[in-house]
Amino acid sequence: MTPSSSIAAPGATPAPEEHHDHHPNYLVDGTTIKSWLLTVDHKRIGLMFLFWVLLFFLVGGIFALLIRVELLTPGPTIMDAMTYNRTFTLHGLVMIFLFMIPAIPAVFGNFMLPLMLGAKDVAFPRLNLLSLYIYLAGAMLALWGMLNGGLDTGWTFYTPYSAHTTTTVAPVLFGAFIIGFSSIVTGINFIVTCHTMRAPGITWFKMPLFVWAIYATSCIQVLATPVIGLLLCLVTVENLFGFGMFDPARGGDPVLFQHLFWFYSHPAVYIMVLPAFGVMSEVVATYSRKNIFGYRAVAYSSLGIAFVGFFAWGHHMFVSGQSTFTGGLFGVLTMLVGVFTAIKVFNWVGTVYKGAVDFRTPFAYFCGFLFFTVFGGMTGIALGTVSLDVPWHDTYFVVAHFHFIMVGATIMAFLAALHYWFPKMFGRTYHEGWGLVSAALIILGFNATFIPQFLLGNNGMPRRYYEYPERFQALNVASTAGASLLAFGFIIIAMYLTYALVYGKASGKNPWRSKGYEWMSESPPPTHNFVGPQPVFPEEPHFYVDPKKAEVPDAV
Amino acid sequence: MSELLNDILFLPEAASTFAERIDTLHHFVVGTTMVMSTAVGLAALFFFFRYRRRLPAQATEYVVPTLKTEFLFVSVPLVFFLAWFGIGFRDFTWVTTPPKDAMDVYVMGKQWMWKFSYPEGPNGVNVLHVPANRPVRLLITSRDVLHSFYVPAFRIKMDALPGRYTQIWFEATKPGTYQVLCTEYCGLSHSKMLAEVVVLPQEEYENWIQEQRRGRLQDRQDALADNSLVPPVARMVEQGQVLAGTQGCLKCHSVDGSQHIGPTFLGMYDRVEQLEDGQSIRVDEAYITQSMMDPGAHLVAGYQNVMPTYQGKLQGPETAAIVEYIKSLRTPNVREGASEGPAYDAIQ
Repeated sequence: MTPSSSIAAPGATPAPEEHHDHHPNYLVDGTTIKSWLLTVDHKRIGLMFLFWVLLFFLVGGIFALLIRVELLTPGPTIMDAMTYNRTFTLHGLVMIFLFMIPAIPAVFGNFMLPLMLGAKDVAFPRLNLLSLYIYLAGAMLALWGMLNGGLDTGWTFYTPYSAHTTTTVAPVLFGAFIIGFSSIVTGINFIVTCHTMRAPGITWFKMPLFVWAIYATSCIQVLATPVIGLLLCLVTVENLFGFGMFDPARGGDPVLFQHLFWFYSHPAVYIMVLPAFGVMSEVVATYSRKNIFGYRAVAYSSLGIAFVGFFAWGHHMFVSGQSTFTGGLFGVLTMLVGVFTAIKVFNWVGTVYKGAVDFRTPFAYFCGFLFFTVFGGMTGIALGTVSLDVPWHDTYFVVAHFHFIMVGATIMAFLAALHYWFPKMFGRTYHEGWGLVSAALIILGFNATFIPQFLLGNNGMPRRYYEYPERFQALNVASTAGASLLAFGFIIIAMYLTYALVYGKASGKNPWRSKGYEWMSESPPPTHNFVGPQPVFPEEPHFYVDPKKAEVPDAV
Repeated sequence: MSELLNDILFLPEAASTFAERIDTLHHFVVGTTMVMSTAVGLAALFFFFRYRRRLPAQATEYVVPTLKTEFLFVSVPLVFFLAWFGIGFRDFTWVTTPPKDAMDVYVMGKQWMWKFSYPEGPNGVNVLHVPANRPVRLLITSRDVLHSFYVPAFRIKMDALPGRYTQIWFEATKPGTYQVLCTEYCGLSHSKMLAEVVVLPQEEYENWIQEQRRGRLQDRQDALADNSLVPPVARMVEQGQVLAGTQGCLKCHSVDGSQHIGPTFLGMYDRVEQLEDGQSIRVDEAYITQSMMDPGAHLVAGYQNVMPTYQGKLQGPETAAIVEYIKSLRTPNVREGASEGPAYDAIQ
């Protein structure tokens, strides 16, 4: 890399101070309900996504707690078998399609991407608004189906069961199909924005790593989502009209569904976790006041994960009857994903080296994130060794593994982002003490919930069990206890953040003294992000070197 | 040591030869993971403390890794991961390749029970009797939706698919009773789809199977004076022979090695056949089943695609009986190698 990132000018050129009064921030620029519902401002759309995503997180969380309470005793506890089967299906569907997939890209991606690229908005602002309404339309149809009959297939909808079940498959699957369009539209929008809207000075390798992560995520969304869309349509017609696509009695293939499903749903794991990696790259740089150690390695590994992620789907199917050779091939490719993730972990830890760590709430989440990524990732590699997957497959070990890597990492990043960018979005600060306490509670609660589940899986307890042999009870009770700790942590966060929203102290433009590009505008930013001419960005993001110091060596 | 590790990891009793292999790899993987992540964690904690912030707007050095550092970041985990994979894939190949002398048991899952049938006779529901220290191959299928056959103590698992046979094998090392769980979600009573494997010492197993063949003597002793008059439960091979006649298989397939419209059944099992598309295939249970259900899928070279499908005409146990019948047709006199062409030329 050429040292274009040198120290020519001290910082970017922010908006001149004197223009302030004439340019109200985006929160108060239009106060009618219509000005929110029909806005094309990426920041307002991001906030509306935040509202819905949090609401669905609450719904999914309540279902999670119901599951945990039901599993307190080996027999029936609070519901019957059918209700339980519907509950875990709802938990999975709501958390994955309505929370995890849009959580970081649609909220923070929408809000931060144009700010980080020095743009006034995303490339297609109206399409951006459309994606919100498509998402809501799909969500409402799916939720209506779930409450009106309920689906009991699990979020994986495996055929032939999903083609035979008497519960309402069609509206739920069609709802998920519609939500897919929201995902595709957002993805296209972000890709075009990255290609065409970068401000002068922001070359590809000066883009913040959060943007790189969102870019890689968008590529997966655009390429993989159509596959699940078509598949959901196929299952819907199979269920309604009995086409026989997956029915071996009529020449169909019972395993075809799994191949098509995981061809989307494995990359979808990276749709959920890559943005989390992006957030953490920003957080660790800001709070340790350091440029990212191995910027290019981290950026390329995002693209690497996005690419290799498409060729690892068969590791969900080692015991599905696919050939031994195929199993081996998918096993090796899975190892590569592990290597790309390992590169990132080492480089994040390396970023702290010779830095200046300020241990704030987002940094606490960074610690939790490292823990969940390392252990979630390593258990993933262990599952990918093919033979170990034979006893572990479809047991609680797998449940605990993906809750660590996919949910743990994403929740850590979502909460870190919420705290880190809270001043950026609302211009107020939250209570640091409560922030640290709740972060500790959540990290502790998460471990207390899922470490017993790893052990349950080792012990042989299968997933999706309504009743279980008595020898599994102790660990199930431990897991439920952990889940209540987790819920308690979230309640605290909801309380102090709501309080901060109304009564929080004004934060000023850049309370963390971050040199991330998004902090160069006001906090909260005015409607078109920058007042006056488009700013230029002579330095690379997160450049904390004393301007008086000498030349900068090349970045790798 | 390994007992202690198993207790810490909550692993169930290990009662098969595969379980021992799996547990060894498990310990190795957990061990290396713990060492490596402790190292990363301690480095991180040390950095957090050593490089804590001293001034609010502290400037820092611009540090970038050398190419050598990045190379280490890539190669160290890669070497470990590939080592794990190497061991794991070796064991996986082992467990998916049953030894030739394995005893066969057909397993059928249905909502919500397991059925077991032995080629020599008895059938059972939810209880599988096997001899200790002898390889047992399970040929698994399903009658309705997907199921998965899981024995935690043996560390084995294989999905049951409708219209298809999958296989896995194990060799139980200790007599005892072990739980079977269904691990593929299959509807309302998924969690009640339990069964058990009863492992008997070889001698007791022989006695058990004799008893079964005599039609559960104990229960009938009062009613029957002469035990020898009780007819044995029909053997699968015999059932298969009858079915092959009534279903019309023998109209096109000979059983004495002579050429006919379809390949002869004699010596068909385990033969390597040349396929029409140039590939070759070893005839096994899966291939025979597939050829009955979808005859055109893998056509043996030189034969016409004239066989009708038996999809829907044959039930799972009937299919298994015909497969067993075909397997029984072996003779040392038969010519080795692929089938020759049909006895007549198809009319164009």
